Amino acid sequence: MKYEAVIGLEVHAQILTDTKIFCGCSTKFGSEPNTQTCPVCIGMPGVLPVLNKKTLEFVIKTGFAMNCTISPYSRFARKNYFYPDLPKGYQISQYELPICEHGYTEIVVDGNVKKIGITRIHMEEDAGKNIHESASGGQGGNYSFVDLNRAGVPLMEIVSEPDIRSPKEAAEYMKKLRTILRYLGVCDGNMEQGSLRCDANVSVRPAGQKEFSTRAEVKNINSFKFVEKALEYEIKRQIKVIEEGGKVLQETRLWDSNKGITESMRGKEEAHDYRYFPEPDLVPIMVEQKWVDNIKSSLPELPDVKRERFVSEYGLSEYDADLLTDEKPLADWYEEATASYSLSLSGSKIISNWVKGELTRLLNEENKTIEECPLKPKQLAEMLTLMDKGTISGKIAKTVFEEMYKTGNDAEVIVKEKGLVQISDESAIEKAVDEVIAKNPKEVERFKAGDEKLIGFFVGQIMKLTKGKANPQIVNELLKKKLL
Amino acid sequence: MKISVEHIAKLARLSLSEQEKELFSAQLNSIIVYVEKLSELDTKDIEPTSHVLSLNNVVRDDTPRESILRDEALSNAPDHTEKFYRVPKIIE
Repeated sequence: MKYEAVIGLEVHAQILTDTKIFCGCSTKFGSEPNTQTCPVCIGMPGVLPVLNKKTLEFVIKTGFAMNCTISPYSRFARKNYFYPDLPKGYQISQYELPICEHGYTEIVVDGNVKKIGITRIHMEEDAGKNIHESASGGQGGNYSFVDLNRAGVPLMEIVSEPDIRSPKEAAEYMKKLRTILRYLGVCDGNMEQGSLRCDANVSVRPAGQKEFSTRAEVKNINSFKFVEKALEYEIKRQIKVIEEGGKVLQETRLWDSNKGITESMRGKEEAHDYRYFPEPDLVPIMVEQKWVDNIKSSLPELPDVKRERFVSEYGLSEYDADLLTDEKPLADWYEEATASYSLSLSGSKIISNWVKGELTRLLNEENKTIEECPLKPKQLAEMLTLMDKGTISGKIAKTVFEEMYKTGNDAEVIVKEKGLVQISDESAIEKAVDEVIAKNPKEVERFKAGDEKLIGFFVGQIMKLTKGKANPQIVNELLKKKLL
Repeated sequence: MKISVEHIAKLARLSLSEQEKELFSAQLNSIIVYVEKLSELDTKDIEPTSHVLSLNNVVRDDTPRESILRDEALSNAPDHTEKFYRVPKIIE
């Protein structure tokens, strides 16, 4: 039988604020344990939480980017459960009346555009961090340790409709979400550091069946690599259960990236009975229309729009446009380079090739992001102009580019200092051509006998002799003249 | 309405003796009965209320403030080490 997977994702994104959601403690990552807390975030009696305005602003921003409606009336709720990393015994979250609802975003899978519905986006506070014996050095073995620096860090939970039908779609959706969050500057999107976390609700049903089957929730998918893997595993597991005549249980399962499997949390998990009720310590939110309009008009150009513009304005392929607009700073770098180079379409394609080729290669080698790129967009444009003028050859350009990247010097300086000016003097090149012909009589004979591919060999030898500086056009012309 | 003390205790990670179960069960249920008196009111035409204050939109700017000293924070806990709160082992 054929099966279809039904997947909905719950994504927790840490909101990029300086302070926690309900108090003024810092949200800085990696500080000494328990140094960023106060009576509010460690749940002392009698304190009052006050909402961080930026949290609200960033979530509304995200809501707009996901085509949501912004609720005119919204409030917080207490989600009650008992765990050592939750000092108050409840998490302040939103239940009914979340701030954003009824949105969607579009993903592209195998060339097809697909809409994924967004049920809701709500605000909540993060819990602290539990450290278990082995991680903290192993004293005794009967304890766990709690660091509350993270308790109260603002999160938004983005809940999708069960519109996702394959692990690949889920991965694309996650990628899309991350790109949007980073464009907006509301989350750094770092899954490995936990600022973007993903839980998945997964079920499978026989193809054609309309009703959803029982779903399992997969938690702990803590890396981009694992979104697809964890879901693939879980889908296969559920199909197997069904085919063997069993029933998929409604349960929470943990993804174990070392074993590459999901495992039931049976027993380890607290009963799901959160006894939500409206948070009396926080007053309701009734967003002011003017403020919301301001937020809306401050949105940057979003990735989809930018991608389409790159296609129409710069004549790039969808694929290249997608690559270049994945990260806003890269798109900005590209546009700046293009603006300083040329207005013609071929110029924008040439820049695109350099950015996704050499520049990306050099950045990747050092594990750098485009924001850390030592090279300015204008410098690439200037180097390309030198190429157009015939001062340097295309081959030398790669050397110059690398040198610019390493030293930060302009192309012109490098070309002068290193003597990389292209040789266009015909007599000088002729000398090299003659030398190569004289040195390789066998190859000359084979070429004359019809082995025309050898032209590449000769060009290569001449380039080697001239350290890549010979004008390739002249080399080709001379070779043909001498050999034919 | 009857409260299941055992269920509540489980959610709060409390283990209760038989005696305590009986005692708390009686106490909790008398509270429920007391509060349930409210349901005698006719609230057909009344908007649901979640907050008694007529305040909305109390927010603060995203400006960091001093946190309290770690020693001070930890000193309120029943058990701690130099840097951490210490609790009974959570996972196997």
